[in-house]
Amino acid sequence: MIETDILIIGAGPTGLFAVFEAGLLQLKCHIIDALPQPGGQLAELYPKKPIFDIPGYPEVLAGDLVTNLMEQIKQFQPGFTLAETAETIDKLEDGTFIVTTNKGTKHHAKAVAIAGGLGTFEPRKPQLENISFYEEKGVEYFVKDPELFRDKRIVIAGGGDSALDWSIFLSNVASEVTLVHRRNEFRGALDSVEKVQELKKLGKINLITPAEVVAINGKDHVESIVLENEGVQQVFETDYFIPLFGLTPKLGAIANWGLEIEKNAIKVNNALDYQTNIDGIYAIGDVNIYPGKLKLILCGFHEATLMCQSVYNRINPGKKYVLKYTTVSGVDGFDGTRKEAEKAVVKSID
Amino acid sequence: MPQDVTVYITDRNGERHEVQAPTDMNMNIMELIRAYELAEEGTVGVCGGMAMCASCQCYVLNDVISLERNPDEEAMLWEAYHVKENSRLGCQIPITEAIDGLELEIAPEQ
Repeated sequence: MIETDILIIGAGPTGLFAVFEAGLLQLKCHIIDALPQPGGQLAELYPKKPIFDIPGYPEVLAGDLVTNLMEQIKQFQPGFTLAETAETIDKLEDGTFIVTTNKGTKHHAKAVAIAGGLGTFEPRKPQLENISFYEEKGVEYFVKDPELFRDKRIVIAGGGDSALDWSIFLSNVASEVTLVHRRNEFRGALDSVEKVQELKKLGKINLITPAEVVAINGKDHVESIVLENEGVQQVFETDYFIPLFGLTPKLGAIANWGLEIEKNAIKVNNALDYQTNIDGIYAIGDVNIYPGKLKLILCGFHEATLMCQSVYNRINPGKKYVLKYTTVSGVDGFDGTRKEAEKAVVKSID
Repeated sequence: MPQDVTVYITDRNGERHEVQAPTDMNMNIMELIRAYELAEEGTVGVCGGMAMCASCQCYVLNDVISLERNPDEEAMLWEAYHVKENSRLGCQIPITEAIDGLELEIAPEQ
């Protein structure tokens, strides 16, 4: 059982920043995210796109903002349960919660903050009849552990950055990498496209375009796929089939937690602390709704900050708290580090 | 003062709406659909308008605008479902005076 003060669901910018604000109050955080890496939409959808409305940054790439947030929170040593989704929540008699993921990982927390953004990112699955049978039997929608493909034959399908990037990466891991796309053109960062071109010339990536995977064969595990190109079908032997057709967000199991939902978002009390209708469960960032709500990262940061204050009061009833400024008090990490402003020197000048 | 334009949008329940769209707000059709709440929140414009999700796919029903897609839009529609010849992504159609009278139907959810 993972023990924490605040269990944050969603490792997007709002969830990550909540770790920092909680840390200032000496509250420990653990984050669950459905994706294999932190960053949420910023990392998954648009890591190379600039954002222009983060205060203090005239321009920052979404991926860089995630890197910076991870750097900012590292001294507070957040725990992560990645590539798992929060499935069930149980409130115990003492007001604490147990949240269990789809893989059975249990988390015990004094408060829960849902920072789930648009919801859980689920892979867009190709419309193949028997594909669900082969899930985790050779069909993988994410590359969670590249070692799974060590010395195996793999077929990746897709035309975007993730298909290109994983083809490049896995060309050094798998015994054979084949990239299949419906068109000849790829939509990705120029350097990725060029790299795939180069690896194709070196014979390290087998590129098949325009073509589509139309069937999967195999007894208990993927053994081959059927490729179709202009009406001509071809059976292609492989150990793994990795369709990377992007992700689509779903509110998922959280929708069944008894929370008040409006317009696909969780209603919160914005006048106070972004708490939901269930005492001890908060919703912050794009996942919540209240009158005047704006789905902006900067609003999520604010909501995370107020949520942490509320959790502090909840965990420490009656304890007096005075807002501190990091410029004055510095930042004491859970890892023993301390950051503080340089002390001014008092010295006479001759 | 820039004039508003009129756009006709059939929602996912088959109901046709006549909506007024401002041409001076740097808006697009996806944002217009959201502003008038013509589709359930969270089901249109999921990626924020970057041509990365196809949740705002529309069918163009008259010839007010060209069916020519930009490269990002074309690439996304190649990977989307329910795509027809007259599919466009709402987020890639800016609201200008040139779209006055445009008639669209919102495609089914992806």
